[in-house]
Amino acid sequence: MQTIRILYFARLRESLGLSDEAMPLEEPLSVKALMTQLAARGDQWQQEFDGCRPLRAAVNQTLVSNDSMIRAGDEVAFFPPVTGG
Amino acid sequence: MEVRVQQEDFDVGAEITRMRLARKDTGAVACFVGQVRDLNEGDQVAGMTLEHYPGMTEKALRNIAEEAGRRWDIHDALVIHRVGSLMPADQIVLVIVTGAHRGEAFAACEFIMDYLKTEAPFWKKEQTDSGERWVDAKTSDDQARDRWGQP
Repeated sequence: MQTIRILYFARLRESLGLSDEAMPLEEPLSVKALMTQLAARGDQWQQEFDGCRPLRAAVNQTLVSNDSMIRAGDEVAFFPPVTGG
Repeated sequence: MEVRVQQEDFDVGAEITRMRLARKDTGAVACFVGQVRDLNEGDQVAGMTLEHYPGMTEKALRNIAEEAGRRWDIHDALVIHRVGSLMPADQIVLVIVTGAHRGEAFAACEFIMDYLKTEAPFWKKEQTDSGERWVDAKTSDDQARDRWGQP
């Protein structure tokens, strides 16, 4: 089965209690569509992915917009706006 | 262009000397050092933890340094960013840019810091008297980046 890998960082990693997971992916889908799927898990997932909290996404380690497409084998990451430096 | 992400501290003087002596046509060395403050949003900060996204962090920093090299006529750039546990007055980040003249070196150094603040995947978690908290991103940092225009 084809999968994608999803990583969570910082506030998301803590509130979801998860740093990474593998998810089956049959057809390519947008970042926004994946966020909707994750929000449907309910509770803290809904809080983090319903679009109210600031969130950034990266696909294959590059920052992307929510309409970017995700394909099998991709590494997707979700995290809050960055605060380094 | 060189980037390093590490837990260990860095030696600013040694890095400047190494880059300064690398080329005899270098006439300017611009340097920025960021350090942990003991005060943020009006609260005392006892320490902080820097989390990052291994792999993407190095890639993002390299892209930023290379973009600076395309925009300005510089000789070299070095970016070192620390991760892990840090205390007030600890050094967090170092950017050194060398070039023939100061104008290009200053501008490239500032550009690298402005992009690093908004594009490199680091997150600060502070320890304060009232507990731990994730530091929120600042819109002023986005504005500082945007003044450089799109790549």
